[in-house]
Amino acid sequence: MKIVVCIKQVPDTKGGVQFNPDGTLNRAAMLAIMNPDDKAGLEAALRLKDEYGAEVTVLTMGLPKATDTLMEALAMGADKAILITDRVLGGADTWATSSTIAAGLKKLEYDLIITGRQAIDGDTAQVGPQISEHLDIPVISYAQDIKIDGDYVIVQRQFDDRYHVLKAKMPCLITALGELAEPRYMTPAGIVDAVNADITVWNRADLTELDDANIGLAGSPTKIAKASDKVRKGAGEKVELDPKEAVAYLMQKLDEKHAI
Amino acid sequence: MDFTLDKQHEMARTLFRDFAQNEVKPLAQEIDETERFPMETVQKLGKYGMMGVPIPREFGGQGCDTLTYVLLVEELSKVCGTTGVIVSAHTSLCADPIYKFGTDEQKAKYLPDLVTGKKVGAFCLTEPGAGTDASGQQTKAVLDGDHYVLNGSKIFITNGGVAETFVVFAMTDKSKGTKGISAFIVEKGFPGFSVGTLEKKMGIRASSTTEIIFQDCIVPKENMLGVEGKGFSLAMKTLDGGRIGIAAQALGLAQGALDNTIEYVKERKQFGKPISKFQNTQFQLADMHTRVEAARLLVYKAAIAKDTQKVFSVEAAMAKLFAAETAMAVTTKAVQLHGGYGYTREYDVERMMRDAKITEIYEGTSEVQRMVISGNILA
Repeated sequence: MKIVVCIKQVPDTKGGVQFNPDGTLNRAAMLAIMNPDDKAGLEAALRLKDEYGAEVTVLTMGLPKATDTLMEALAMGADKAILITDRVLGGADTWATSSTIAAGLKKLEYDLIITGRQAIDGDTAQVGPQISEHLDIPVISYAQDIKIDGDYVIVQRQFDDRYHVLKAKMPCLITALGELAEPRYMTPAGIVDAVNADITVWNRADLTELDDANIGLAGSPTKIAKASDKVRKGAGEKVELDPKEAVAYLMQKLDEKHAI
Repeated sequence: MDFTLDKQHEMARTLFRDFAQNEVKPLAQEIDETERFPMETVQKLGKYGMMGVPIPREFGGQGCDTLTYVLLVEELSKVCGTTGVIVSAHTSLCADPIYKFGTDEQKAKYLPDLVTGKKVGAFCLTEPGAGTDASGQQTKAVLDGDHYVLNGSKIFITNGGVAETFVVFAMTDKSKGTKGISAFIVEKGFPGFSVGTLEKKMGIRASSTTEIIFQDCIVPKENMLGVEGKGFSLAMKTLDGGRIGIAAQALGLAQGALDNTIEYVKERKQFGKPISKFQNTQFQLADMHTRVEAARLLVYKAAIAKDTQKVFSVEAAMAKLFAAETAMAVTTKAVQLHGGYGYTREYDVERMMRDAKITEIYEGTSEVQRMVISGNILA
């Protein structure tokens, strides 16, 4: 079985969000991590590899420094890594991104494609399903459990207060929830291998099944007018009182603010 | 000359830091309080290869260099000195000598279980009358047909109560002095082996430090480690490596205490402003940071020397001496800067100060390190 996991390097929002003067994200000033949902998807793929045997390839589109994220995936146990990078691909929205990644996937053999549900920087949840449309394969989104049954996958899809069990013939695409699988750590030996691994790099010219009308900023129907950080709340007030006094204090404050 | 870590070591540090933060830090206070050995952490460490970082892959280890191993012990010790020493004693003092001095059969038999954390390892050299003067071994090993019979007792054995594989030193020929000492691999289940008193300690309270007793203990002849009569030299060479592990533990404790203090002084307010705004605090932190960084350079240098030089005793001794004294000085200042809160168990620096003290004592006291260093420069 061949599994391709699409992963994205995203800014680590734990350290705060930084913007360029034009309102776009200042990615260079922020630490970068593997998108959490993608990491859960990678873990799910590695578990399928452990259980059924599989070759796991990770693929990302991004700046050259996204190789760090690919190396992390290799150090966790992925077998191959591919980076799609080119200046002309920059500024892509979900349409341009999914078109580009799908063109990369067309160069590969796969039974299963796993993407994260959504990335923490864009939060669209569109790229995975769009890729499946470009490739004309079934998609099962919001996966919380994946099992293999011969040529089929059986997936639990999270849905409000319940889940659906769906069965699809491979090849197909699954979008993974963060809670699908708790990611494993890298291993020290895995890191040594990852650092020495050959990472395949594809530029625009390598993606023959891609229309120039669908790439980069120019090929993106979505235009971001402005982005800004959320207005942060004040630090608030901390009081250390025993529960009875604390309740009385709280009631008094709520009363003062005419909240009750 | 470049003092920055390369990609591999940076990634390893990230891995060890994440592991320490997620898996080790949450337990640190509880296991110190209850003196409970964190076996679940050892199993997780084993699962991810961290109980055998420098052991070659053919024996199930990770095949990494000593610097990678040092980064592991440092990051673990930043949040929990106990976990740091569990890994250090297991790796440097048990797995490492078996790998270096063991026969192919011994390596194949013992290393796979050690490096995966299925079994914990320990090192038995110290005796009631043989501490800094390790040559005064009283434990005897007498050959009797196809086995040796060991009699005697060892004290202050790190991992003693939980280990299953022990590297043990005993006199095979008392008339030859240190040249009559030999090393053995002893299993917990061998007849005549028992674990004695569990020590109640000031720091590293969750590491199991015990007496080990050999009463007509039967050890198969093939379990002699290295050559008969070369045990003392084997012990000293092993301790050179062990000292780098303890130096890394001390470095981690110092850095951990400094990190906690930096966070605290920005929050703690006195006289209407954070105490970080006072020059006394700033100067103290500057001194602490400078010392920690100097210790780091010595520790990393010793780690690289272990992999590139035949003899690295002086580098290891200097790293351990300076890192241990730095750990003690920095953790003491950290408690001082925390004021009364730092003296309570609610704050980690209290534990770190208690943990730091032992780094000046075990695997060669600071005085022994000074003897090694001065002996070398005066030779």
